[in-house]
Amino acid sequence: MKYSSQSVAMPYFIAAIGLFVGQIIFGLAMGLQYVVGDFLFPEIPFNVARMVHTNLLIVWLLFGFMGATYFLIPEEAETELYSPKLALLMFWIFLIAGAATILGYLLVPYSTLAEMTGNNILATMGREFLEQPLITKIGIVIVALAFLFNITMTMLKGRKTVISIVLLMGLWGLAIFFLFSFYNPGNLVKDKFYWWWVVHLWVEGVWELIMAAILAFVLIKVTGVDREVIEKWLYVIITLALVTGLIGTGHHYFWIGTPSYWQWLGSIFSALEPIPFFAMTVFAFNMVNRRRREHPNKAAVLWALGTGVMAFLGAGVWGFLHTLAPVNYYTHGSQITAAHGHMAFYGAYVLVVLTIISYAMPLLRGRAANGERAQVCEMWAFWLMTISMVFITLFLTAAGILQVWLQRVSDTPMPFMAVQDQISLFYWMRLWAGVVFAAGLVTYLASFFVKGDSKPLIHA
Amino acid sequence: MSGTFTKAMARNIFYGGAVFFFLLLVALTFDTMGGLPKSDNRANLTESVLRGKHIWETRNCIGCHTLLGEGAYFAPELGNVYPRRGAEFIKAWIKSQPTGTPGRRQMPNFNFTEQELDDIVAFLKYTSEINTQKWPPNIEG
Ligand code: HEC
Ligand code: HEM
Ligand code: HEM
Ligand SMILES: [Fe+2]
Repeated sequence: MKYSSQSVAMPYFIAAIGLFVGQIIFGLAMGLQYVVGDFLFPEIPFNVARMVHTNLLIVWLLFGFMGATYFLIPEEAETELYSPKLALLMFWIFLIAGAATILGYLLVPYSTLAEMTGNNILATMGREFLEQPLITKIGIVIVALAFLFNITMTMLKGRKTVISIVLLMGLWGLAIFFLFSFYNPGNLVKDKFYWWWVVHLWVEGVWELIMAAILAFVLIKVTGVDREVIEKWLYVIITLALVTGLIGTGHHYFWIGTPSYWQWLGSIFSALEPIPFFAMTVFAFNMVNRRRREHPNKAAVLWALGTGVMAFLGAGVWGFLHTLAPVNYYTHGSQITAAHGHMAFYGAYVLVVLTIISYAMPLLRGRAANGERAQVCEMWAFWLMTISMVFITLFLTAAGILQVWLQRVSDTPMPFMAVQDQISLFYWMRLWAGVVFAAGLVTYLASFFVKGDSKPLIHA
Repeated sequence: MSGTFTKAMARNIFYGGAVFFFLLLVALTFDTMGGLPKSDNRANLTESVLRGKHIWETRNCIGCHTLLGEGAYFAPELGNVYPRRGAEFIKAWIKSQPTGTPGRRQMPNFNFTEQELDDIVAFLKYTSEINTQKWPPNIEG
């Protein structure tokens, strides 16, 4: 750690990991509800568990992005953070608002929660991923603005590197596109159209900038490759991401009441979306192969390479699988979508956050890298979580293919619930893979407590 | 990447490309909004439909069901439930939940009034009449 204000990243990372644990617990509960339908009913109906699972995911990734930024920006700008106090204040506000929202989902009927929190003044709730009460949404905007102010001021007084500029653009984009969550017209087609301006333009737009910048930062640090080279890659990757991903939004405009030309535009541009993800994989391996030093933090290198590969598989390959309109006609809204959603979110955003945590946490704890045993434990966690996620994806894909076949392709289509019975074996297997994932997560937590000879900090 | 392709060139292509394709998306959005009246069934967007949408949202139906293929994959698609089941079935169904069948997936009871049930049905009917380019492939959704 080169600047003392970088230490505000620590609580952000700890909160991220804590909420990650919560996310997985609710994932497992839902995995069981899929096969034992009345599990936890009526205390925690499926939709409530799902809101908790997905909202915790989003919130912990945001904690991770913010922690990453607080760690990375002072070092890139070569100056202390503009206001560490503001950063800590925002941490507590965000954590308390987040926890209150989750408790609200769990303890109060959703319609009561809506009434209590001003949804009748401006109705924004009840749409997938954007279920948060109005006051939470406003809170998110306030935290985001204070955060962006803090970061922008830091950058203005320091060195402006490509990495920090790209990261900042991604973060501003994140905040700006979130504003569409306040627009909820009565016209369902328009509602859905602009809903994707949050969801798609996040994960296949501005978040890719954030991801590429974080990855580039870690790669510079662990490989010692020349900044010029890495920065050029960074520009190429984000160019590809936006050139394909912006019009690629059209792959969600096939069947929601929008004009049919989107079938062409969406198919063609989104079919190119795997390219930036592929470039990221090549980038990561290339830089590691050309490394100029052996960084003692082997685990961080593994997470970084894992991010490249898994993001390409989840977003690139599994995205491509169902992105062409003639295929999507059959797979739209099936378990194929769930398969892709899981591996893409895990491969790209979960892993990039765990990468920066792996790199930064030892430094925040005053060492260059963790000891051998702690790193081995961390790498076990990587493999357990990653392999089980591959299996979750494969089982859901199998379930999805059967579902699509029995319910949509067949000449004698079966009703939804009958099909679900037919494919329950795959849901059971998904659940077991999920249990292994949870074991991997426990291993990950344990890696922070493994004692041993950590590698001391040597300042260059 | 060779020496002739400089960082400055990469940067300029990025800014140029990002701005161009964003503006293209905005232009296409305007065009789409102009074309929507033909496909989005807005003629039938009555007060009752709007109330139904509000009920749909404040009960988080999307947390179990898909609507036009978007949402959760735990329970049947409802974008075409109106032609699949009809108004009376839908109302009777919602009123009679949960089934309580052991081990079967459950839908909560929302204690709706008759008016609210009519609003939900109106919303589902309106939704089913949106021009979705013939999606879903068949009545099972
Ligand atoms: C906790 C999950 C859950 C929530 C929330 C939920 N449902 Fe359901 N719904 C189900 C399940 C599961 C079924 C199928 C049950 C069965 O077949 O036994 C179902 C079936 C239905 C059906 C019958 C579909 C058909 O094709 O026969 C209708 C209509 C319906 N739901 C409407 C709604 C509406 C409207 C809402 C919101 C007010 C809602 N549901 C909220 C789980 C849910
Ligand atoms: C890291 C990047 C990505 C993430 C996190 C991600 C995540 C998701 C999620 C969660 C959904 C489900 C949305 C919903 O609930 O309705 C989804 C849908 C979809 N994604 Fe991605 N995605 C990514 C990249 C891609 C890419 C690169 C492609 C194309 C090559 C793609 C193609 C699709 C398609 C076609 C759908 C719609 C599925 C349907 O019709 O049901 N995604 N994505
Ligand atoms: C880091 C790991 C995980 C990530 C990133 C993740 C992400 C997601 C996302 C993005 C969705 C929404 C999907 C969509 O709309 O397409 C979702 C839903 C879901 N997740 Fe996870 N999840 C993870 C782990 C798990 C685990 C371990 C389980 C259970 C074994 C699980 C079970 C579910 C279930 C059942 C749904 C609901 C699917 C539906 O709508 O029917 N998840 N998860
Ligand atoms: Fe998308």
